[in-house]
This record gives sequence, structure tokens and C-alpha cells, in this order.
Amino acid sequence: MADASPSFALGDRVRIVDLGKAGHVRTPFYAREKVGVVDHVCGAFENPEERAYGREGGRRVPLYRVRLMQRDLWPDYEGAPNDSLVLEIYHHWLRPAREQEASR
Amino acid sequence: MTDHTEHDHPHDHAHPHDHDHTHPHQHGRSPHPTREDDDVALGYHEAKFLALKSMLIEQGLLTADEIRRRQEANERATPHQGARMVAKAWVDPAFKGRMLEDGKAAARELGIEVTEAELMVIENTPDCHNLIVCTLCSCYPRSLLGEPPSWYVSKAYRSRAVREPRKVLREFGLDIPQSVEVRVHDSNADLRYIVLPLRPAGTEGLSEAELAALVSRDCLVGAALPGR
Repeated sequence: MADASPSFALGDRVRIVDLGKAGHVRTPFYAREKVGVVDHVCGAFENPEERAYGREGGRRVPLYRVRLMQRDLWPDYEGAPNDSLVLEIYHHWLRPAREQEASR
Repeated sequence: MTDHTEHDHPHDHAHPHDHDHTHPHQHGRSPHPTREDDDVALGYHEAKFLALKSMLIEQGLLTADEIRRRQEANERATPHQGARMVAKAWVDPAFKGRMLEDGKAAARELGIEVTEAELMVIENTPDCHNLIVCTLCSCYPRSLLGEPPSWYVSKAYRSRAVREPRKVLREFGLDIPQSVEVRVHDSNADLRYIVLPLRPAGTEGLSEAELAALVSRDCLVGAALPGR
């Protein structure tokens, strides 16, 4: 099966969605529904949501590093205003975000 | 169970309900993997490990020699390997460039085989201090650095590093000025990370080996600065 090609590029604004999916998912709850920027296009990896249950060799999924501002993650964040966090998100957990779109 | 080097995901993923590594090392028994002829009484995990090991050998899936070789490789991994990479990057800008581009390839240049899928090297700058955490389990570049420190695996660190990183860093003795960004990297999926710290001032005359001696394990996670 052909690997999915990355459709987000460096600097793209993205929303990390909440798929509400059970099982071995790698999208932490604290980052769901947050808007950030693609910081690094990592290549494609087998989907851990499948591999965890022994389904190996499937279609590989693009993986991105997404940078979020700490003040968007935690409304009461006490650090500096430009403190940030970068985490790895698989393609199917991302949607394009508009310029004015904010974290929820 | 003793195999963390291959890429810890197949291991992590096989146990969705329990991401904490139940490694014999973490039970305070022996600094070495459990053996059939250990003098200490076996706990639950040690007994399970030995049973699994003998089954794998009986079924012909692995040989005792292959298991022993892997255990030896695991024990070769130490923070010093990461420190060597950092010291080399400080004295050789071209190497540093290659290391930031591809951490695994740079490690290979120094004769270090990183078996995780990818090694990202995150550079500290005068404007940005980086801290590594794995909030979902305890992902760590084990084939390079060996087992992570116990605090790295703790639920307290894993939750607080993303929520209040400056406070956590202060508890480690690091007070990062407000003018410097603190950037936390959650190692939550397929990549593994080390921090490339800034070279301390006043180290111009030091050799590469002397520089490597300044770089502790915690520097490579971003919880400390070199030479402190």
C-alpha cells in the first residue's frame, strides 16, 4: 500500500483534533483541540494505533512535530509568554486551522 | 523486557494498559538483568522474564547467545556516548551541522549505533532552553544513553514538565531567565531526543575528552547545564 504523502508543510497552522478514539493512541489529551504550527515534517511511520495490536506492515502515516504556545495549552500558565511545547502528531489527528482560529 | 534498544515502541505498544517499564533494573535487585542462577529471590517480573526467555529459546525464536549479546549491547549504552557527541559538536561545527540534520548518522560517525527509529538533536541557544519529556510512557534514546533516570519515568515529572516546566527546572537548580524561551519537547510518538547544550564559557582550552566530562546525563535531557 502506498504511504500517504505529507499534506502539511513547515509553518502551517493546524488544529490537533480529538478523534475520541480508544486504544493505543499517541495524541495526549492536553493537546487536543489546540491550535499550533507545524515545526518539523518527520516523514512517515506505521500507525501505532494499529501496530499496538499486532497489525504490522500497514500504510505509513505522515508524522509532524507541532509547536504550541504554553499560554494556549494552560490558561493559567505561569512561565514566560513565549514559552512553548513541541509534540509529535500523526496526520489523521490534524486539520488545517485558519489564521484567526484559536485553541479551545 | 530487557530489550529497550530496538525501538521501545513494539514493547510499549504491546502493553497499552501499562507503559511503565517493568525492567528488572527498576526493582532495586541487581544492576544486571535477572539470570537463572541469581542469588536473590525472584520477584514476579523476574520470574516472568525468565519464563518468557526460556520459552523463546525452546521455540527456537531466539538463542541464549542472541539474548546475551543484546544484554551486552544494552549495557554499553551510557550517557557518556551522548556526552561524546556533544563535545564533538562543540569543537567541530561541520559535525554539529550533520548531527542537527541526522542524529543517528552523526552517532554512527563516532562508532555509536542508535537503534531507535530516529534521533533528534535539539540545540539550546542563548534564546531558548529545551527540556525533554515523554508524557505517555518513558520513551528515551536507550540505545544511546542507557536506561533513563528514575525521575524521568515518574508520573510527577511526566505531568509537571509540560505543565510547569520552569518550576520543575528550578527544582533541578536551573533558573531560566524570563527572556529565554523554555521549550518542552514531548517524546510522545516515534522520535527520540537529546539536547545539545550550549558550550560553557571559559572552556576554550579544554580537549574534547575534557569537554565530554562536563556533560552529565541530565544535561542531555535539558534538566541541567554542563559543568555544574
